[in-house]
Amino acid sequence: MTSTETNVTSDENQPPVDPNAVTMSINGRSVVARKGELIIAAADRSGDYIPRFCYHPRMSPVGMCRQCLVEVEGPRGPMMVVSCMTPVADGQVVRTDTPQVKRAHEGILELLLANHPLDCPVCDKGGECPLQDQAFSHGPGESRFVEEKRHYEKPIPISDIVLLDRERCILCDRCTRFADEVAGDALIHFTSRGNNTQVLTFPDEPFSSYFSGNTVQICPVGALTAKPYRFKARPWDLEKVESTCTTCSVGCRITVESSRDELLRYQGVDSDPVNWSWLCDKGRFNFEAVASDARLEQPLIKRDGKFVETDWSSALRATAELVSSALRDGGAGSVAILGGARSTNEDAYAWSRLARALGTSNVDAQLGDGLPSTVYAYPQATIDEAANASTVIVLGPDLKEELPVLHLRLRDASEKKRSKIVEFGSKESGLTRYAWKHTGHEPGQQVAAVRSTLTETAVVSQLGKGSVVVVVGRGNLAESPEFTMSALAAVMELVPNAKVLPVLRRGNVRGALSAGLGSGSAVDILERAAAGKINCLVLVGADPLADFPDADLARRALTGVPNIVSLDTFMTTSSSQAQIVLPAAAFGEKDGTTTNLEGRVSQLSRKVTTRGTSRPDWMVAVELADLLDVDLGVGSVHDVFEQMVSTQSAFRPIDRAALKSSPDGVLLAHVGSAPIASPVPDVPERAGFSYRLVVSRKLYDAGQNVANSPSLALLAPGAAIYLHPLDLDRLGAPAGSNVKAIGARTSVVMRVEADATVHRGTAWVPFNQPGGKVGELIDASALVNDVRLENL
Amino acid sequence: MTSYPHAPGFITGDRPQIVTSRFQYDDSFFLERYLATGGYQGLKKALGRTPSDVHDEVKNATVLGRGGAGFPAGTKWGLTPQGKWPRYLVVNGDESEPGTYKDRLLMERDPHQLIEGCLIACYAAGLSQCFLYIRGEMAVAQERVATALNEAYAAGYVGKNIMGSRFSVDIVLHWGAGAYVVGEETALIESLEGNRGMPRLKPPYFPAAIGLYGQPTIVNNVETLANLPWLLVNGAEAYTAIGTKTSPGTRMVAVSGHVKRPGVYEIINGTTTFRDLLYGDDFCQGIRNDNQLKAFVPGGGSAPWFTPEQLDLPFEASQVGPAGSMLGSGAVMVMDHTTDIPRAALTLTRFYAHESCGKCTPCREGGTWLERILSRIVDGKGTDADLDQLLEVGESICPGAFPHASSTELGLSAVPFPYRMNTICFVGPSAYAPVHSALTLFRSEFEARVTKRTRIPVSGSVS
Repeated sequence: MTSTETNVTSDENQPPVDPNAVTMSINGRSVVARKGELIIAAADRSGDYIPRFCYHPRMSPVGMCRQCLVEVEGPRGPMMVVSCMTPVADGQVVRTDTPQVKRAHEGILELLLANHPLDCPVCDKGGECPLQDQAFSHGPGESRFVEEKRHYEKPIPISDIVLLDRERCILCDRCTRFADEVAGDALIHFTSRGNNTQVLTFPDEPFSSYFSGNTVQICPVGALTAKPYRFKARPWDLEKVESTCTTCSVGCRITVESSRDELLRYQGVDSDPVNWSWLCDKGRFNFEAVASDARLEQPLIKRDGKFVETDWSSALRATAELVSSALRDGGAGSVAILGGARSTNEDAYAWSRLARALGTSNVDAQLGDGLPSTVYAYPQATIDEAANASTVIVLGPDLKEELPVLHLRLRDASEKKRSKIVEFGSKESGLTRYAWKHTGHEPGQQVAAVRSTLTETAVVSQLGKGSVVVVVGRGNLAESPEFTMSALAAVMELVPNAKVLPVLRRGNVRGALSAGLGSGSAVDILERAAAGKINCLVLVGADPLADFPDADLARRALTGVPNIVSLDTFMTTSSSQAQIVLPAAAFGEKDGTTTNLEGRVSQLSRKVTTRGTSRPDWMVAVELADLLDVDLGVGSVHDVFEQMVSTQSAFRPIDRAALKSSPDGVLLAHVGSAPIASPVPDVPERAGFSYRLVVSRKLYDAGQNVANSPSLALLAPGAAIYLHPLDLDRLGAPAGSNVKAIGARTSVVMRVEADATVHRGTAWVPFNQPGGKVGELIDASALVNDVRLENL
Repeated sequence: MTSYPHAPGFITGDRPQIVTSRFQYDDSFFLERYLATGGYQGLKKALGRTPSDVHDEVKNATVLGRGGAGFPAGTKWGLTPQGKWPRYLVVNGDESEPGTYKDRLLMERDPHQLIEGCLIACYAAGLSQCFLYIRGEMAVAQERVATALNEAYAAGYVGKNIMGSRFSVDIVLHWGAGAYVVGEETALIESLEGNRGMPRLKPPYFPAAIGLYGQPTIVNNVETLANLPWLLVNGAEAYTAIGTKTSPGTRMVAVSGHVKRPGVYEIINGTTTFRDLLYGDDFCQGIRNDNQLKAFVPGGGSAPWFTPEQLDLPFEASQVGPAGSMLGSGAVMVMDHTTDIPRAALTLTRFYAHESCGKCTPCREGGTWLERILSRIVDGKGTDADLDQLLEVGESICPGAFPHASSTELGLSAVPFPYRMNTICFVGPSAYAPVHSALTLFRSEFEARVTKRTRIPVSGSVS
């Protein structure tokens, strides 16, 4: 081959010239950067670290700390500029290592340290503190500040979780920018000025944001600390592994950190397709529940109406006996399994294999509070696709309450003018103020709302502007999920190119359904149970008495089943009805994989040993199978994974190597074809003096993870019925007073509150709140539920 | 006519008067007097011509901005991007530079002249609305401008179809809340928008592209705009005939300190020297008690100081800059030989440290640090190490050589203006300017105040 030929080949192989690439020089080395990129980001990639405090790659630059000064060659010689504000340019010459730059870095650091208390030995941040680290790497080594430092009362609580030490604060604007720009809860701000500038909340208005924990993570000093971790460990004592949060189904990447075999902290990891390093407070702080004293440690078996501790082999044998006697007496159809959506893919798969081996299809990972799994048959969208779509149609839940980090991504899409949000709901949500259009509708009327809104001229032209993603979930537990499915079908009929992002909330619900835990329906199963047709019910991390919307049906079902086996981390109300309770391993105590709402499979990591004798769910399934003479052919969590990816078609793209090479996760394959449009059921007329019931979840509720995390437990707002202020006036009851809510079957007494985000004619009740009894008002077989209110 | 009691020492002499011609009248701030003395004639002339024609007239006259930077107004108006509407005029009446009180007099004594200037600027530069921002502390100015604006609205000079033409513009008054940094144009825009008065980050360097509410915005000083009515009536040629080619027209100078007659004077730009101003019979008539002049600040509290050696410099930016200072906002502060230099420096530095907005580190931390070292020295508790420490802190605020004047006595040669800075705006360097000037020019006075101490080296080599 001649040299000319080589040249020709290499020319052909060269990628086309990127029009957005600029070539610049940093410290004499040539660096290719993207147009619009900041010098500091380009330098990070080229390996020239520039010290910084206020700069954060996920927030807009402010250039306040002045630490990232560099020299840029200009027409009048080298100019000192802040690299976090200056975009790259073609031919730009940047130096980060000249004596002038070094002098500036030392000077600014000395100034930052001037008023910073050197209480590093007792500071939570000491050891992982950007100020400490950069004082060593870029600082002068010695302070000449001999004056008295600034003094403030320290620390002051700025919310129920976060404490602020203003003496340590270096006023970098990260937390305040986060609160305003990312979270949309601008509840902390700079007050006063000059040397007295300080971060504070407004008087009598705490920093009660669902995202407040992020400010603690991004604080470059120890000014912000969170109660759950405060003084618990030193950073150098912490061991960490990367994992995925399973609190909800967004699947944020986190590090799980522990010391002395106790979980102490989760920190957000910047996963570009998912959480951008942000976490919600519920996900961040519910590690407390893992270490809770209330955790189950030993298998329990009920004797004479009382639980007594037993060992695993007796408990499993007793369980096997219950199952086989049920099979013997009533056939495979008399065994049912509920749950499995809170644990790993492997757990769900093992239980679904066992169910299939037993021959029962009475299996559901959801508890009647989600949507039929046909929702996954539509063309699927990812979170990134949703957050970059030109139009996002939201059908269903309040994302801020149920999937907070997805709310942040969509809020960002709207705030940065990438997307317009068209929202349908029976109540205004946290996203409504960022929505381009909010169409309120009474429960059951979403199809009509969709048909009228999506055919408006302005909306039609907006929908034609680019990609459309439908975010769909269960917005109202007091109406039939069929309405949402019909509305989705209507959207897909009007916007055939749209993709769907189903947002079912429970941690691994998509993985569980894809692994085969969705062959039945919880409503069916519970109805059969109530009718005495189920002899043995296995609850795999499921608490129907708390989570199934229709409390009466759940209660009748659990009384109707003679033998209940519960596998759970805590003694729930449903577990207490069981004959046998098996302690399950919790998050952070087991390896495996999880699937988030967009079908992204990522790895979970075990960090601490399991509590007591508790075992992961899959292991219980396998051992139970053994005792029932069924060979599942697996002996380890790896075996379960391998068998799952080779037999479950959705899991086909997943393998160990792919998971290892992409920590952000690998997407499931799309399975199924678009479902047949469901017919729209007719909604019964609402009686003049009744309110149509809207029941949805708040972030903090009476769920086990929240209830057993002391820092979060008190944040649940409590049970109440919320009316539009005008409706409340009409009712004549003062806000905060108790009223009698009369449903179709029974009545309950509840506190009533005014809330302008509730539509007129509807009554909104948050589900599963401490002391709440809204489930009594819901009839799962009714299309919609109405309630009458009476003044007491 | 009697002279107005609030303008001590104001003497017009027979010098040309462009902006102060009505100051001699008691009722100068009423529309009646304004109209009787040629008021709104400039606007009438302007409306008879095309906007670009008026713009060219202002450009040809090279009206220098009087806020401090001295940027030609006509050029500034031309920086707005084409085809972006609406665009705004913001009048910077937040005069708060120490020693400066010329705009206050213009607003108190001739508010109609300012209003007419605003209207001419809006007409020429195609600006759809005018926001008149007046410093919070200037109660009389606020009242007078508000009264004048009401009169002008009633008489049809402001509002819809001004003077029967198709030109309409509204003027909105806004009172500041009392922060020095709001005199910085981007901080003023932030304040006007209802935010904390903190400077915006540059670039964009001029709000002309992205200003108030993200729209193209021209920010002009009160005095700059007050020049326009006269300019339109008399023409650019008459304007440039006064003063020099690079600094045409007149400018207002506020003199304070140790002179016999402190006050505001309208001087001829470019030719009048500091000696004329401080010693001239028309002006300050010399130093109080015929004392010796020790130093003076030529352009507001943030300007580096001059000594008697620089007295013969004219009010000409191209000469004052290379000599190591700036003309700034036109405030001259005079110190005679009795002045306690460290205390004088402390007074100025304390002001800037107090007025720092707290946004960027060097100004927030450095300014206060300077103030605290200085007050220690003034209290007699300083050590000789503190003197170098002052310069070291200054180096962290403004790296490199800071401008200062030449001195044959000290063998210093001037370092020209401007300086480099690590801060977002000029407040930080302003806190350092008086310290640096005082220490450079009068170091012996500091040395006399501090205790000599042997410093035990903590690290590094012992020299």
